[in-house]
Amino acid sequence: MSKTYERREFLADLVKFPCATLLLGVSGPIKALASAGNEYQASEHNYAMGVQIEKCIGCGKCVEACKIENDVPMEPYYFRTWVERYIIYTDGEVSVDSPNGGINGFPPVESDKDILRTFFVPKLCNHCENPPCVQVCPVGATFKSQDGVVLVDDDYCIGCRYCIQACPYGARFLDPRTHTAGKCTFCYHRITEGLLPACVEICPTQARIFGELDKLSTPLNRMMRQSNIQVLKAHMNTEPKVFYSDLDGEVR
Amino acid sequence: MNPAHQAQLEAALQQVTGFIYPNEAELHWSILVVIYPYITGLVAGAFILASLEKVFKVKDLQPTYRLALLTALAFVFVAPIPLQAHLGHPERAFEIFLTPNPSSAMAMFGFVYAWYLMVVLLLEIWFEFREDMVRWRQQSRGLKKLFYWLISLGSRDVSPGAVAFDHKAVYAITILGIPSAFLLHGYVGFIFGSVKANPFWSSVLMPIVFLFSAIVSGISLVLILYYITTLLRRKTLDQKCLNALAAFLFYALIIDLSLESLDFIHRLYESEESIEILAELIFSKLFISLAIVQILLGTIGPLLLLAFALFTGLPNELKRLAFFIAAIFVQVGIFSTRWNVVIGGQLFSKSFRGLTAYKLELGGQEGLLTALGLLILPFIILYVLLKLFPPWDDARTDTKPTEG
Amino acid sequence: MKSGKIPNQVLQVGFVFLLVGTSMILVRQHFIPESFGELGHYRADAVGVIASHEIQFAGWQACMECHEDQVAAKNNSFHRTLSCETCHGAAAEHASGEAEEDPPLPTGRALCLTCHRYLVSRPTGFPQIIEELHEPAKLCHTCHDPHDPTPSERPESCSGCHAAIARVKAVSHHAPLDCEVCHEVAPEHFLRPRSNIPRKPFERAFCGNCHAAGVDTPANFRGVDLTAFEVPKVDQDTHGGTLLCWQCHYQHSPEAR
Repeated sequence: MSKTYERREFLADLVKFPCATLLLGVSGPIKALASAGNEYQASEHNYAMGVQIEKCIGCGKCVEACKIENDVPMEPYYFRTWVERYIIYTDGEVSVDSPNGGINGFPPVESDKDILRTFFVPKLCNHCENPPCVQVCPVGATFKSQDGVVLVDDDYCIGCRYCIQACPYGARFLDPRTHTAGKCTFCYHRITEGLLPACVEICPTQARIFGELDKLSTPLNRMMRQSNIQVLKAHMNTEPKVFYSDLDGEVR
Repeated sequence: MNPAHQAQLEAALQQVTGFIYPNEAELHWSILVVIYPYITGLVAGAFILASLEKVFKVKDLQPTYRLALLTALAFVFVAPIPLQAHLGHPERAFEIFLTPNPSSAMAMFGFVYAWYLMVVLLLEIWFEFREDMVRWRQQSRGLKKLFYWLISLGSRDVSPGAVAFDHKAVYAITILGIPSAFLLHGYVGFIFGSVKANPFWSSVLMPIVFLFSAIVSGISLVLILYYITTLLRRKTLDQKCLNALAAFLFYALIIDLSLESLDFIHRLYESEESIEILAELIFSKLFISLAIVQILLGTIGPLLLLAFALFTGLPNELKRLAFFIAAIFVQVGIFSTRWNVVIGGQLFSKSFRGLTAYKLELGGQEGLLTALGLLILPFIILYVLLKLFPPWDDARTDTKPTEG
Repeated sequence: MKSGKIPNQVLQVGFVFLLVGTSMILVRQHFIPESFGELGHYRADAVGVIASHEIQFAGWQACMECHEDQVAAKNNSFHRTLSCETCHGAAAEHASGEAEEDPPLPTGRALCLTCHRYLVSRPTGFPQIIEELHEPAKLCHTCHDPHDPTPSERPESCSGCHAAIARVKAVSHHAPLDCEVCHEVAPEHFLRPRSNIPRKPFERAFCGNCHAAGVDTPANFRGVDLTAFEVPKVDQDTHGGTLLCWQCHYQHSPEAR
């Protein structure tokens, strides 16, 4: 590529990212560099996750890692993330299971029937753009943070469980120790430190991709450009921010 | 962590059929949340019955007017207790007044409740009983005198002008109260009807169905109470009043049944994604409480009994007994209606692939005993209210006729 | 009571309402948390509390600081997508130097089987073994270095990796055909599978070697005597129009329904 082309590209980028232009123009490069390394600015981020169905091997390592990282009760009724196995038989029967959320993997298929297709689906809070759980919380104890993560304020939650009823994805539970709503935080304490969520860090096949939704050159954005993207229960108009590639129509 | 609770969850997991999301093993809204709409329904229904006499001038119902008001008051005191008791943090409940989330259907509960209790019910009862309270204060001594003085806010004026003003105020508040009672219980229906994630609840008809079932339950409760209190006081039952109560109960039941049928037919005809799991639910886990108790025993049975008693030349004694029995069955039916909505709506997975189970505990914060206690409590409160503010006409013989 | 004057009872009730109302407003002002509403309808302070949760998994970059060799080896192997803590467990405490014990070195077969036990739902191509058949008496790391697990010797059969395909083919009409009958497999494929992908036949003429009308079933097709089988024949000029064979028939289970 010629030098003129590079310049044109640079100028185009300046138009595309007016914030950066402003920052460079007003504060100068030194200040811009300083702010990059220092304080975490929530308003500069908008997080999302991609899940590549075709890469998930159903090992359940993400479920285990999530429970360890976030101190989720180990009993099999409380999950911030879990893995479901779908088996679609040639006669049209659909069988779904998630023994203990898939934390110990999956047993072999018992049925002798012919299988049409089968796959694993990791699930977690979708961190919806229009979160119904936030809509219904009577006191403002669950909320969407500036960086697009749906969080729960444990010190303010009254434990009415309306949010659990309102979530179409079964992503919430009542923590038996705090008696407040529990859910995935995208490992908020990790991502604000520049680390990946535990499930993403630990996934052996990198079936999960975490990143910025609004930035163009990220692995998440590349995956979303190159795959057929689906979200769960799109008709609910919750606008989920967990994007699945090649999701089967049977998945609910 | 509570081991009993964990054992309960394990038992629930054993009873799951099909697939549920792993977090769905726990059923979150228990029997206490069944009691809440049941009680608010009684409040709204009793109040609407009272307003029939005041606003729509149904003179036959006059003997039950004050009884209905006090019944509404007794139950409205209890209404928030099951909600509060079922919270994970009851001590934080006041936050609903501090920072109510404007987009939350539930956040308005505190305000709707406060409005209904403070502005509508208490005011109406205060104006209705003010003249009597002044008189009771004059007639009693000691603590009781002090109580009436406090509760009448030191009011003394029983001049014809002041009493006439009371009547006007009661009339005005009742007019305000009818939409408020509609709001109170229609709103409870909205809390469920607006949960789009739950196809069993999500229905625009939900508030209206709730409302009419509330009217049904309120009328039948007042009928039962009027019957029992009159017999206990060894007075004679006013047959005209009972006839009117039974007739209103009959018509309200017909509207209620029509609405429920419309809802049912609409769902069946639209036949959305969830229809299969809902059909499975209704024909398995809800069959007894829905088909048998709610529809057969709680609606069709009383309808037939009431029709038979109202429109045939039955002797009055048998008629009264038939009304009473029908009203009892209606109560059972309405309670199972609430059960079917609240518990039934949580018995299927939002994956639409399986059913869960609910096992009612005997003891514990959300157990059967707590529930029974909460159902008995309003009757105790009502007993005290009836002692303090006797609503009977013979308790106010020395006053002038109601209408001035 | 004179007309035009506010009745006494209204004044009395009004006073009580005013008292209750004002005190409620005052109490409310007092109890609303300080940071509530700063960023939205929630306690802004809660964000900090949630963000201050303790980290358990350090992340593989942290391991790099001391274990550069192992991380580098892993990152060049088929285990490049794994994080160190996928196998060694949460090690933030170890990474910060505060742990008394080192992270575990898993040695049994169980951990490897978590991912590599054959499950029909796992994606095709993902290496899977049948526990009972795959060197049952040996520990995994006797043959596979966990940081570079490529086996030093070639797998015995294709089904070692392509189990899902082998399972389907085994009960199909093509069961007698070895994989190599149709696929040309370079020896390097067994060592570096993804950089040496076997050739897949796709021309109609290839299937015609056996299935074209008028062609005798070969007695020696790439080393296999096929005359013992009843091989269906079609007129390739008229059958299927311009479609390629595999557009209707899945080669690993070529049902003709």
